[in-house]
Amino acid sequence: MNEFSKAVAVAFQLVLGLDHQLIEIVSLSLQISVLAVIIAAFIGLPLGAAIALFRFPGRMAIVVFFNAFMGLPPVVVGLITYLLLSRSGTLGTLGLLFTPTAMIIAQVILVTPIIAALTRQLIEDLWIEYEDQLRSLGAGPGRAITALLWDGRFSLTTAILAGFGRASAEVGAVMIVGGNIDHVTRVMTTAIALEVSKGDLALALGLGIVLLTLSVSVNGAAFLINETARRRQS
Amino acid sequence: MVSTSILPLQLDNVSFEVRGVRLIKDMSLSFPAGPRTAIIGPNGAGKSLFLRLCHGLLKPTSGVISWATTEDLNPSDAQAMVFQRPVMLRRSVAANIDYALKLRRIERSERIHRIDQVLGRAGLHRLKSQPARTLSFGEQQKLALARAWALKPQILFLDEPTASLDPAATHAVEEIIDAIHAEGAHIILTTHDLGQARRLSDEVIFLHRGRMLERTPSPEFFTQPRNDLAQAFVRGELLWWNLGKDNRKNKLKQSN
Ligand SMILES: Nc1ncnc2c1ncn2[C@@H]1O[C@H](COP(=O)(O)OP(=O)(O)O)[C@@H](O)[C@H]1O
Ligand SMILES: [Mg+2]
Repeated sequence: MNEFSKAVAVAFQLVLGLDHQLIEIVSLSLQISVLAVIIAAFIGLPLGAAIALFRFPGRMAIVVFFNAFMGLPPVVVGLITYLLLSRSGTLGTLGLLFTPTAMIIAQVILVTPIIAALTRQLIEDLWIEYEDQLRSLGAGPGRAITALLWDGRFSLTTAILAGFGRASAEVGAVMIVGGNIDHVTRVMTTAIALEVSKGDLALALGLGIVLLTLSVSVNGAAFLINETARRRQS
Repeated sequence: MVSTSILPLQLDNVSFEVRGVRLIKDMSLSFPAGPRTAIIGPNGAGKSLFLRLCHGLLKPTSGVISWATTEDLNPSDAQAMVFQRPVMLRRSVAANIDYALKLRRIERSERIHRIDQVLGRAGLHRLKSQPARTLSFGEQQKLALARAWALKPQILFLDEPTASLDPAATHAVEEIIDAIHAEGAHIILTTHDLGQARRLSDEVIFLHRGRMLERTPSPEFFTQPRNDLAQAFVRGELLWWNLGKDNRKNKLKQSN
């Protein structure tokens, strides 16, 4: 057996044997990304809807800003967060750098624009369809927001899953603000980068398998949600 | 129940323009409570715009639209409108009506009562828990009427309510409109179905190119419209209608 296939075999052993180190890294990753996405959804959904429904000065600039942030490289987001949290930064006194909290903050910054931008697009389209009817029933943009978010629930879930995909797959931001400290801030992507550079392919591959499974599940879930929505004509 | 009336609805010199193009021109008229009004006219005459102006969905560019002042009733709470294409929320049939009632701050027990009542009357009771978007087009239009009915409006605007329905569904919708009227709601509907205008109206307003050319009690309108364009419209001589003003002049010259 060559070295590569040996590594693959060990990787599967680690995954199937629920290796302690692997579980620790995976669960920290999930905790950070899930929490970040939940926070980002709480900010991004109402924010995106508000931008879609209200006209105010600077609105166009915000739309452009979010669209630009959607494609921002994670390392840049990491850098921005680093500057914010470093000793001399605005939030430096909190001492958050190289903690899981810092990683959550970075991922929130990374994911919120995605959720906000997709929400804006979706709610804007829905409002075109619903405006006359909802205004007639007595709901202006302010009161319509919850109904619109609810009616966009299938597509919005897909948007949130897209955010989760980006958060769990990125390496640049969590590396910079987390520092990849063993047992503290080491997540799947940073661990893979480290193990590969050390030449320890087994753990890297094991984590890669988990990450791949996760990504496939998330995309599968998004697909199923869209299919359900289509079947229900909604 | 409402104790005070927001009618008459009064329009004074109402015009509506989009980017300098006048789409509704100098409309002055009043709608007292009572007679059902059919607004007819060719496509693009401004029928839908007129309804949306009256209902407050559009603001006139000039002129004033006003309702009778009542003590404690907001005019917009006493109106309802049914659109040409029904818009249903992605929730159940009953929940669609419930949503509208909640917006009017009607309390829960009364909401449940009204939902049952209008669904029964509209023949939709067995579809109560079904997602509204899975209903057929005709059923959705009935639901739109039931939802409007549940609001107990003093005035109900209907924009071509049967435009894309088959005869059976059209008949069902017309019966519901009749019932809503019988309960005291003033009806203003647009239609390009002359038979429907005849069946459902007490008076006819004939619109053409954003102008009101005639307003006449229905029996009279359908036997003897005063306006020559209305005459042509009633007789169905409209194939040349949308070709433009110049064409029409030529045609009129030829026929003279
Ligand atoms: N938002 C708008 N912008 C520009 N033109 C419009 C707009 N809405 C309606 N119109 C035009 O106004 C005219 C009247 O429209 P409408 O009221 O829908 O006619 P209809 O009598 O068929 O209901 C049409 O020529 C239409 O193209
Ligand atoms: Mg129309």
